Amino acid sequence: MSFEKAGRRHAIKLVAPALLWTLTFFVLPFAAMIWMSLSSLQGREIISGPDTGNYVRIFSDPSLFKGLIVSLEITVIVTVISVVLAYPLAWIIAMRVPAKWQRLALLLAVLPFWTSYVVRSYAWLLVLGQNGIINVALLQSGFIAEPLQLVATRSATIIGFVHFFVMLLTLTIYANLIQLSPNYARAAADLGAGAFATFRHVVLPLTLPGIVTGAFLTFVLCIGDYITPQILGGNNELSLPQLIMLQLGRRGDFPMASALSVVLMLIVTIAYAACARWLKMDRV
Amino acid sequence: MRFLSWAYLALAFVFIYLPVAVLLLFSFQESRLPVPPFNGPSLKWYAKVLGDADLMSAIGHSFAVALVSSIISLLLGFLAAQGLARYRLPGSVLMRGLLIAPMTVSYLIIALGLLTMLSSLGIKPSLWATGIGHVVINLPLCFAILFAAMGDHQKNAERAARDLGASEFNVLRLVTAPMLFAPLCAAFFLSVTFSWDEFIIAFLLTRFDVTLPVEIWSMLRSGLSPATNAIGSLVFLVSVAVLLMLELTVFRKKPA
Repeated sequence: MSFEKAGRRHAIKLVAPALLWTLTFFVLPFAAMIWMSLSSLQGREIISGPDTGNYVRIFSDPSLFKGLIVSLEITVIVTVISVVLAYPLAWIIAMRVPAKWQRLALLLAVLPFWTSYVVRSYAWLLVLGQNGIINVALLQSGFIAEPLQLVATRSATIIGFVHFFVMLLTLTIYANLIQLSPNYARAAADLGAGAFATFRHVVLPLTLPGIVTGAFLTFVLCIGDYITPQILGGNNELSLPQLIMLQLGRRGDFPMASALSVVLMLIVTIAYAACARWLKMDRV
Repeated sequence: MRFLSWAYLALAFVFIYLPVAVLLLFSFQESRLPVPPFNGPSLKWYAKVLGDADLMSAIGHSFAVALVSSIISLLLGFLAAQGLARYRLPGSVLMRGLLIAPMTVSYLIIALGLLTMLSSLGIKPSLWATGIGHVVINLPLCFAILFAAMGDHQKNAERAARDLGASEFNVLRLVTAPMLFAPLCAAFFLSVTFSWDEFIIAFLLTRFDVTLPVEIWSMLRSGLSPATNAIGSLVFLVSVAVLLMLELTVFRKKPA
């Protein structure tokens, strides 16, 4: 019994530093932010609340509410496109590429991950710009007469995001696919299932948890990202993170920035609740 | 079907490598704009970038923050994983949940929370504040990786060491840590990478002593320039070199 107790005291000593760090620099700041979101900016003074005025404004002021909708739309589109593009890629690497070359193929497929995030968005700016290579190629081959407006559009934001998340999802889906025993597919084939039926009824359901985990990760990272919409999307329509940064920068409106962040946090929580059934996060 | 597979693979690689290829190619541009026609090759933008004092000090800052914050994350994560994996504690599910919670929160929110707290305490933004933020995002990662890697065979080895009279500290130092060498390296390397490339926390929590991503961000303000291509390419090539080195040494035994 005393041994057990000594062990417990020892264990608490091991866990305490990490818990203390998380409480001090994550939970406490988060609480401060919630409190801040219930304050209000009057002139240059921050007046302590509690006051729900900021939240009312988010849902009644069209310029703010639109940011919410824009972010949700972009994030959903990006998540769907990325999964649809990454799944076949992961599948081909796992099933078609010879085992000897698989690790290399996967490594190559995610190598551009190691460019800096800011630089990657910038590189897309070069590709899609007014005199970027796509416009130059299309102009010279005579497909178009005037350069296409590709940057500072929602499409550019989506392309930049999809590029990043296709790599991320290829990794997570591949990890799932190679864990599948080939016996499942063989059994399905023995029972008379064609290639498509095997995929539809065996492979896909078995890899669904991996897909949902990856999709959730995509959702969280995408909806909270400021860099990609700011560099590629421009200022025509502002996403939620862009609005948050705008409140901080130009107006110094900490309360409103905090309220928008709390809303962002709530959206992620709802998304988590919606996928919790399939998520494997609790395993870690 | 087989042909379709290879065609898809080829197209996917074109999409994935298009921006990287453009980035690398136009880093060797001769003229002032990194757009076609290509009129290099020239190394002048690399020379400019390497001679840029602001950029070099930003690299120094990034490196220092990445190193220090990763060491702290790894240490705290390792101890916590050991405590929660080896002993039955009341409320351990809650503690695990709390420790990995920052993983599901956007960096922007973590940054804004810290900024709010620090400014209400009257503490000015600094490199230290950025480091604290980076530990917040990397601690859950280190904890999760190490917690998942702690198995029963290590438990038995630890027990044996304890029976032979090793102190708790020596058990951790001489038995647990060496047995977890690969996951420890993986966690450390991932932390360094995330910290090195992290933008929004560093952007909001530093003022003058900025990190590399923030410095690159301010380069973008003055428009397109092959100099940005050059620094981007350099960072990419160094990362790839480090990655290959690790792949060939530390992670070699790990099956694909």
